[in-house]
Amino acid sequence: MRGRLIPWIWLLPAFLFIAVFLVYPVIDTLRISFMNDDSSAYIGLENYQFVFTNSATQSALLNNILWLALFTVLAVGLGLIIAVLTGRIRYESLAKAAIFIPMAISFVAAAVIWRFMYAFKPEGFTQIGLVNAAGTGVGLEPIAWLVEHQLPYVDQLLPMPLHTNNFALIAVGVWMWTGFAMVVLSAGLKGIPTEVVEAARVDGASEWQIFWRIILPILSPTIAVVATTLVIQALKKFDMVWVMTAGNYGTDVVATLMFKEMFNFGDFGRAAALAVILLAAILPIMLITIRRFRRQEETR
Amino acid sequence: MSRLPLHLIIVGIALLWMTPAFGLLTSSFRDAAAVANSGWWTAFQTPFDFTLENYQDVLSQNRMGMSFINSLIISIPGTVIPILVASYAAFAFAWMRFRGREALFIFVVALLVVPVQMTLIPVLRLLTDIKLAGSFPAIWLAHTAYGLPFAIFLLRNFFGALPRELLESAYLDGASNFRVFFRLVLPLSVPALASLAIFQFLWVWNDLLVALVILQDPSKVPMTVTITNLVSSYGTQWQLLTSAAFISMMLPLVIFFALQRYFVQGILTGAVKG
Amino acid sequence: MSFGRRKFFLGVALILLVGLLFPACAAPPEDEIGSVEVLGVWGGDELASFEAMVAPWEQETGGTMEFTGTRDLIAILTTRVAAGNPPDVAILPNPGQMVELAEEGELVTLDSFLDMTKIGQEYAQGWIDLGSMDGELYGLFMKASSKGTVWYNPKTFVANGWTVPTTWDEMIALSDQIVVEGMNPWSVAVESGEASGWPATDWIGEILLHESGGAVYDQWVNHEIPWTDSKIKSAWEKFGQICLTPDYVPGGAIAILATGFIDGSYLPYEDPPKAAMYYLGAFTQGFISEQFPDLIAGEDYAFFPFPAIDSQYAGAVTGGADVVVVFNDNLTTHSFIEYLASAEAQQIWVERGGFTATNNLVSLDSYPDPLARLAAEQLTGATVFRFDADDSMPSAVQKAFWDGTLAYLQNPDQLDSILADIEARAVDAYE
Repeated sequence: MRGRLIPWIWLLPAFLFIAVFLVYPVIDTLRISFMNDDSSAYIGLENYQFVFTNSATQSALLNNILWLALFTVLAVGLGLIIAVLTGRIRYESLAKAAIFIPMAISFVAAAVIWRFMYAFKPEGFTQIGLVNAAGTGVGLEPIAWLVEHQLPYVDQLLPMPLHTNNFALIAVGVWMWTGFAMVVLSAGLKGIPTEVVEAARVDGASEWQIFWRIILPILSPTIAVVATTLVIQALKKFDMVWVMTAGNYGTDVVATLMFKEMFNFGDFGRAAALAVILLAAILPIMLITIRRFRRQEETR
Repeated sequence: MSRLPLHLIIVGIALLWMTPAFGLLTSSFRDAAAVANSGWWTAFQTPFDFTLENYQDVLSQNRMGMSFINSLIISIPGTVIPILVASYAAFAFAWMRFRGREALFIFVVALLVVPVQMTLIPVLRLLTDIKLAGSFPAIWLAHTAYGLPFAIFLLRNFFGALPRELLESAYLDGASNFRVFFRLVLPLSVPALASLAIFQFLWVWNDLLVALVILQDPSKVPMTVTITNLVSSYGTQWQLLTSAAFISMMLPLVIFFALQRYFVQGILTGAVKG
Repeated sequence: MSFGRRKFFLGVALILLVGLLFPACAAPPEDEIGSVEVLGVWGGDELASFEAMVAPWEQETGGTMEFTGTRDLIAILTTRVAAGNPPDVAILPNPGQMVELAEEGELVTLDSFLDMTKIGQEYAQGWIDLGSMDGELYGLFMKASSKGTVWYNPKTFVANGWTVPTTWDEMIALSDQIVVEGMNPWSVAVESGEASGWPATDWIGEILLHESGGAVYDQWVNHEIPWTDSKIKSAWEKFGQICLTPDYVPGGAIAILATGFIDGSYLPYEDPPKAAMYYLGAFTQGFISEQFPDLIAGEDYAFFPFPAIDSQYAGAVTGGADVVVVFNDNLTTHSFIEYLASAEAQQIWVERGGFTATNNLVSLDSYPDPLARLAAEQLTGATVFRFDADDSMPSAVQKAFWDGTLAYLQNPDQLDSILADIEARAVDAYE
């Protein structure tokens, strides 16, 4: 009897918080998504219809997918590499701090920094942005990284135009979040018993084999946690895009669009519909997490 | 394996990563006109035009000291409380059996995607109705709630990775859940708790929106608000942001270094052997 | 480890205690002047000036003014109003939002406590009308700024023998001449984060006023004519003429989109100058003087009035101002607003610079330099005055307008469809 109640006592505080601050607003959001702009009347699926057919929304969704693919893979990959490499050197803390610093800087400050990096002045002016200064230093034209939709040289080579500004923003995101991946993965690495690794070394396994056959499998749940978190970050990306371009010039993502609908256009219904779409987009990820969960349970 | 390539790669990546931040640091020592007219790397050529003006201006803002204290008052409980609450729940998710455990856990993690802006109006309305709006406890509650999904997600992963035999033998010895939790699980999960602490502290320390909406009282605002007020509504005097960014970054960095000593390999080693 | 932990928890408990002891906002007793919470966008020097302006009120009444500044004003204000927790007072950069709030019934009517005879004497009727809806006063305008100013470098003009144009055609001819002589005549810059595009809307509004007059301007702002009307299109196209004629603007359209509106003001004063003229409101003086502290107002930098397009509208001027609105009806806010409306208060900021008073009693001599005086005179002496167009429109239309200019600069040949898009938004918004 007592046994069945006990887990719930442990869960209770967390669930209270979650219910009030997260679940209740989500239900409220769901309700509002079926209503008009100031939530005074129900209009059924009209908001969803608008959201799916509107070209701005479609472009924002595509951008989120771009973020999902690039941002997550790069941040996790780099974070893993750095976590593994820094674990082997004496100045580990210093090196990790260098990668971590971007996370410690607030978004506002990061925006200031990267405006310096991407700053654009027309041809013939002194470049004050590092990237353009380097570019003009080797004879290229300056590029307005946050505005340009196409890369002037690459465009001729590709069948489809690239949006440089999205890549520019994703680069900033990777710069910031690799530190996160690194810290968490580093914590995970510390949990790997050293005897196992030593034994393998004694048996003559190469570093590469140790990495693939021993470290990765043990680390994979942690990698999953990091990857899931970053994927969700990619879906709800707001701050980075907002302070750098405010979603202008084709860089809009669902979260910035939602902000604009809510506060600039005053249409709470549409904003809510966008939020619900975000929530729905996470379902496939949840399914994958369930499967991992089950597999992990079996091995314990 | 020769150590040189390793060092080269690490130092190379570290330098690359630090370049933008280094640019910001250099700019914080230059005045606005210089920053607008020339790239920050030119500061290293003559004439050396460094100045401490930006730092002086920021530090002499009469609200800076108070908002620093406010930031502490907001961030420390805003870090400790979520970690406590989440670790209870994560322990239950990791090591206790109950119906609906899997579904509930997935649900909690799914809440990670909820955008904060959507929650602010209902949350503020509720806080206003119970007359808590504008107080520190209100913002502690808010940050705790917002931090729970990730915290539970992370901790459950680490708690679950602990060796089953270890806990089972403790239970067999007659230990209660509390003993196992406080004496076994928590100490063994120190790297995880440390990394969670770093991030939660960071997110609360750098938060702007939640503080503006829930705290309201200008005498309680954290540093993030005071810093944005350094800049006029047009955006002039933004060079103050460069130095403010570094001043604000100091404490999280200190915490990062302080917690690094908990990132020690092989905490489990002794335990498994024994 | 456990001793350290105990100390740690003790520390946390201490902080919790300190936090809990901070009293939550308490309302002052009904008959005393307490604190007034003001929400606005001001920061930096502006905030310092506002606090200086308010200081005498605080000393006299014993009240305190607490200012919360944020650039995300619209988000914070909307959230707090929707949650039933508005600030006491808000200072909005646009009357469009004031109208929306008044319609929702959130605002306190100012004429219920202000001495309207006094206000009528001290303020031009235009300011009172702008702040009123359905005959009741909801907003107090202050901190005005003329937007009919084209900035230039007098020394450059003299050195090259250029004359200041007084008509649009003269200005275009001058621009062509400057191109021939090897310089770019114009600096144009519209980047401004979330509000990117607003400098372009200033251009279009000013052009439309000069080309078609106040009546058509009003029809445009009130959506009595559609955005696709030929007169509106003509204003956009004239703006396009300045931006898109080859060699007019250094770097072309991309540079216009990528350059911040503050950075754009520096070009005529660089050494050597990178452009000859820059159109932006009178507040630009602050940007120039801060970047080039050694320059003298009127000699090294100055403005000429926006040139006439149709001579019957010569002397017309658009301008902007901040509007103060009240959410909570109590003694403190009454006293505070009365003070802000007074000439004594406004004089304080006028003397600090960067502020054109809306109160007529503030004498022109209070302005710190000839340029500031000229800008103030431009407002008071205007033959036709209209409030900045995009600030007068509903927020949704304003945003569509801003975005539309960005789209136009990237694809000028799509002007018709851009205007149609804005029209669609307007139809929704004005319902």
